[in-house]
Amino acid sequence: MTLRHISVFADLTLEDRPHVGGKGGSLGELTRAGIDVPPGFVVRTESFEHFIQALETEAPFRARVKGLDANDLDAITAVSRELRARVEAADLPADLQAQILAAHAALGGTGPAPIVAVRSSATTEDASDASFAGLQDTYLWVKDPQDMLRKIRSCWASLYSVESLTYRLRHGFPEAEVAMAVVVQVMVDARTAGVMFTRSPTTGDRSVITIEGAWGLGSAVVGGEVTPDRWVVAKITGEIPVRDISDKAIRHAPAPDGGIVDVEVEADQRKQACLSDDELQALRAIGRKVERHYGRPQDIEWAVDRHSQRILLLQSRPETVWSNREAAPAATRAEDPLQHVMSIFGGRK
Amino acid sequence: MTATGDQRGFPLPSSVKVVPGTERAQAAYPYHVQFTPDDDKKFWFYNSMHFPEPMCAFDMVTAEAAYCALGAANTRVQCLPTTLGVDHRIINGRVYIGGNGVTDPAEIERRTVEFQKRAFYYYANWETLYAQWKQKMLKLIEEAQALPKPSLPEFEPLEHVHAGRGIASNHDLLVTYQKTLEGYFRMWHHHFEFLLLGYGAYLTFFGFCKKAFPEITDQTIARMVAGIEAEIFRPDDELRRLARHAVDLNVDQHFQEGVKAEEVLESLRKAGEPGHRWLEELQKARDPWFNINVGDGFYHYHRGWNDDLSMPFAALPEYMRRVRAGESLDRQLERLQAERAELIADYRELLATDEERAAYDQMIGLAHRVFPYVEGHKFYCEHWYTNLFFNKIREFGALLAGAGFFAKEDDVFHLTHYELQAAIIDLMNAWSTGAPPRGPNYWPPIVAERKAAIAEWSKHRTPEALGPIPDVIDDPAIVMLWGITRETLDNWLSAGDGKDSNEVRGFAASAGVVEGTARIVKSVEEIGRLQSGDILVCPVTNPTWAPIFQKIKAAVSDIGGSMSHAAIVAREYGLPAVVGTGNATAKIKDGQRIRVDGGRGVVTLL
Repeated sequence: MTLRHISVFADLTLEDRPHVGGKGGSLGELTRAGIDVPPGFVVRTESFEHFIQALETEAPFRARVKGLDANDLDAITAVSRELRARVEAADLPADLQAQILAAHAALGGTGPAPIVAVRSSATTEDASDASFAGLQDTYLWVKDPQDMLRKIRSCWASLYSVESLTYRLRHGFPEAEVAMAVVVQVMVDARTAGVMFTRSPTTGDRSVITIEGAWGLGSAVVGGEVTPDRWVVAKITGEIPVRDISDKAIRHAPAPDGGIVDVEVEADQRKQACLSDDELQALRAIGRKVERHYGRPQDIEWAVDRHSQRILLLQSRPETVWSNREAAPAATRAEDPLQHVMSIFGGRK
Repeated sequence: MTATGDQRGFPLPSSVKVVPGTERAQAAYPYHVQFTPDDDKKFWFYNSMHFPEPMCAFDMVTAEAAYCALGAANTRVQCLPTTLGVDHRIINGRVYIGGNGVTDPAEIERRTVEFQKRAFYYYANWETLYAQWKQKMLKLIEEAQALPKPSLPEFEPLEHVHAGRGIASNHDLLVTYQKTLEGYFRMWHHHFEFLLLGYGAYLTFFGFCKKAFPEITDQTIARMVAGIEAEIFRPDDELRRLARHAVDLNVDQHFQEGVKAEEVLESLRKAGEPGHRWLEELQKARDPWFNINVGDGFYHYHRGWNDDLSMPFAALPEYMRRVRAGESLDRQLERLQAERAELIADYRELLATDEERAAYDQMIGLAHRVFPYVEGHKFYCEHWYTNLFFNKIREFGALLAGAGFFAKEDDVFHLTHYELQAAIIDLMNAWSTGAPPRGPNYWPPIVAERKAAIAEWSKHRTPEALGPIPDVIDDPAIVMLWGITRETLDNWLSAGDGKDSNEVRGFAASAGVVEGTARIVKSVEEIGRLQSGDILVCPVTNPTWAPIFQKIKAAVSDIGGSMSHAAIVAREYGLPAVVGTGNATAKIKDGQRIRVDGGRGVVTLL
């Protein structure tokens, strides 16, 4: 049996998370649910394993971590430097490289291979993902296929950062089980992008959707480099009780040679709302659909394509802050339904 | 309500002075509604929701009758645990009110036991009691309609004499007047029989929604509860029906914008069989559905459609144009019902647990049972009955004007209802003695003085509230009927800070944002000034105005809450609306460009 190294989104569901990570599984799930998601594929954990095995044949790799003292920062730093360098420098095994390049080319259909985003996709649902996976790396506007391969290795290398190693050593996490999937997704040249919570981040209210957005790529919003416009949209009715339009000084734009640059926003655009009411309503519909699909509130990244003006989802994950909180019920069933009116007539309790 | 150490404050009642030169007009109001120094200890607020303009001496009967009945229902009949009735005082033609709370826990406990024996019985038997209520109201209306037009013959009719009646016609005046007045006081008891309980059940659901969905808008909750077939939609429905008939009968060319109702009627009378058939349909619609007035029934000059056809007729040409364009004017009841059901189901689905869903079902169930009363009573009370009442007083006005007491029949409304009885007895006496009545020498200067006082009072702003600031407002009656909360007080207190002077704030009544030209419409006579696409800015929103909602793109009013009928109509038409702004008609200039944000309750002057 040959191992699967690559999976396109349309072939994935949440069930595949152990091999494609949370991000990869979610993008597959969204694609299959008929949500507009930029096409892409996941470099599965099997690929990572294949790559590490190739490294092991040159010189012991995972064994280098074994026996390290979690408190010996100097030793960890030295090993981290060594292992990261090896991951970053090594070529991918030829069969794997061919598969990834073919998958990339296939994304372009009959045209050239598209510009992509390369993002790490952690395989644990643990809140400590960030420390486990090192950095949740995201490389945007990757133009060149060889550069894409390098970025995939950079994602993998982050598993061997000092923080990551320390975390694993502290928690006795078996090194043999360490793996990471990487998502490669067609890049959206976003006119506007941002995030959407299908509940209120401030009150936890599930009847509203909070949308934040700014001009250009969503990284400016996610990274906190711009104060986004903010709307509160009633989930059921579509009313928009809150509209905070901010002064958006910069936007993230593709750099000519790949990557992202800050661009000053044109004066007449700065205080303009970056989404129309129709787009807000379209986002609301998408948010409801995704939330229904998962059966729980979601934290979603979205972008509006500059050319097609289509709204695409880049990621959706379960909202955790309020969902993990134990809320007192607003009221419970009363033996005599009339007793409810005492909340109004009975005075302050 | 206890006072706080808030540095800001409202003026004390004793510091509010009667406008110089109007002292005698002020003195006309009865002693028990005049402020005295004792009143400084209590918190009062100006009831601008019901009485937004200075009240003529007679119209003040509404405050007296309504608060007699409201307090009786709260204090003695249903025994609300934490609140008694509402006190009222009058200064410069303005009505100030203050609630009487119950704070002693033992007393609340005692009243709770009584309340549950009484109010719970009403809730449990709501449908039966409400059906009975409608019969009572119709009987009361019938009695009012049966009252004779007051008049005095030169000689007692011969048949009275031969029948040995033994009571002369001048006595009939007193009987008619006292029955008129008694009927009005009785009507207000009927009015409050269910009202607080109805609002309470609604607010119970409202409170639950605010807790479960902290960011839900008031108007969404209102939409879940609002009825679809309430009486209040009928007058507008009838107009649509009449518009369709006119097109079907091919008489619609008689209805042109700007043509007076009387001229339209005249041309229809000459239009042969089709014209007559339409007039018959009009007659059917008028009784009872044109018994709706153009205000909220609290001012004698808010006339009913039946007395002034200009309002309904102003709406007809546009409805006819839409019929000719092939539009169906029918309110799609099934669609509206399905939408409401879907809204309720969608919010239900968002609740976290089955326990919460069970409570939600119980509360919305009760709200739906009681709400037909909350929506329906106004047609019978504030509109139909009140029109009959003021028109009967107007007949006395005509009689007295004819006897030289004052110049015009409407001048009668410058007498208090106590004074009016004296004037009637003066006339009765004159008829019996054969000597001239004293009134013609007595009333004209007083009427002139009071007219001048009303004009003067309306030039002066009156404080929104008086007396010590309460730390909370926990009187359910005040919260339910006037929508006043501690936040309202804070808004009043900071209104003078001069912030956002280009904004007018009110209740968010119907969501949506539009910009357009403001058209200030203070009365029915000005309706014709509205152009298609204008934003209506008016003192009171009222279901009577529903027909003109087809013409406008947003509505702003000085008074009204998010559950007011106008808010309901605006939502149904899908128009942004901000109601209860307090001062939009004063602050916004006619023709000014404004932005109405009906979702936030903000009007911005551009």
